[in-house]
Amino acid sequence: MAENQNESYETFFRGIWRDNPVFVQVLGMCPMLAVTNSAINAVAMGMATLFVLVGSSFLVSSFKQWIPKQVRISAFIIIIATFVTVADYTLLALVPKVHKELGAFIPLIVANCMILGRQEAFASRNTVRLAVLDAMGMAGGFMVALFSLGAIREILGNGSLFGVDLFGEHFEPWVIMILPPGGFLTLGLILLFFNWVTQQKDKFIEQVAEAERVASDG
Amino acid sequence: MDNLVWIFISSLLINNFVLAYFLGLCPFLGVSNSLETSFRLGLATIFVLLITALCSWFLNTYVLIYAPYLRLISFIVVIASTVQFIEMLIKKLSPALFRAMGIFLPLITTNCAILGLAIFATNRGYGLIEGIVFALGAGIGFTLAMVLLAGLREESELSDIPKLIQGIAMNLIIAGILSMAFMGFAGLFSAV
Repeated sequence: MAENQNESYETFFRGIWRDNPVFVQVLGMCPMLAVTNSAINAVAMGMATLFVLVGSSFLVSSFKQWIPKQVRISAFIIIIATFVTVADYTLLALVPKVHKELGAFIPLIVANCMILGRQEAFASRNTVRLAVLDAMGMAGGFMVALFSLGAIREILGNGSLFGVDLFGEHFEPWVIMILPPGGFLTLGLILLFFNWVTQQKDKFIEQVAEAERVASDG
Repeated sequence: MDNLVWIFISSLLINNFVLAYFLGLCPFLGVSNSLETSFRLGLATIFVLLITALCSWFLNTYVLIYAPYLRLISFIVVIASTVQFIEMLIKKLSPALFRAMGIFLPLITTNCAILGLAIFATNRGYGLIEGIVFALGAGIGFTLAMVLLAGLREESELSDIPKLIQGIAMNLIIAGILSMAFMGFAGLFSAV
């Protein structure tokens, strides 16, 4: 039982940090960059993606025995498209303002390669419980990425977070950050930072190994 | 006529699919390492976009007025199968053309630029001619952005760049600068 529990934790947290779909695997870029000009849009997009990913992972892993191998991709896409349609109409009914701002990017969740990728690589091969955990972890990681990008862009480009002013009236907004180029630049810089962290970590591990070798030689 | 010119220029430069709407980023970042490949991918994308414009117009006019909630699913299914069918047709009729762009066709079908075009055209209520002009502008704009990035990347391979920056991070920053340059086109029509 303990081992089982371990596997569940592992499956869940892998998506949030080590295999983060955006920062590590660089998937799902289109919605990622397009809707992150404010934190609230980013969170709404994250919630919609969470719903679609968990729902379709649950269905795909439940029906995996009955989906013929030759048409599995088409079947996955139709399942995903169904959930996206549900999410689209739900957002339209509950938060029409956010729905209007996200516009065409809600239906475009279908084309998010991260979602199809999880169905093909994980949900169609694992039990329902693991598939749902994996979907929650991956969507969580996606949401973390969306939120950090949205927050950075909104703070720099508009001087606010969730629409609350942060800096007072003397702040000169850096408008380029909420325009399209800001999306590319911010994500590029975040990835650069991740590269740097990985490089430092590798260097550190190397140094430790070197020190150990010297110590054992001595 | 003015309207059509406006749609074309707007989707080609001002609201470039890649650099302003972030559509089709996967091939834009993934395949843009050689000039020739990206040009051929661009041609294949223009072709699929034209088919998409036709399909979505047909669906919107004859089918979806009865069942609007099936929009997304029917777009995907119809576009994917039409492209598959045309791919087989090209393979049969013109092997040379198939070799030039055939391998890209199935890859492009689930690209968000394709679906994005269908959804944008529907939301804006474009008719058949407007839809085709929109597809042409968007496709040429996509090819333009793709070829520009590929050219810059080929150039950058010859220069001495720190190892840290190489790879996807650098491509994103290059794309950001390109996108900034394309923002300049926004002033193109306000003067008129």
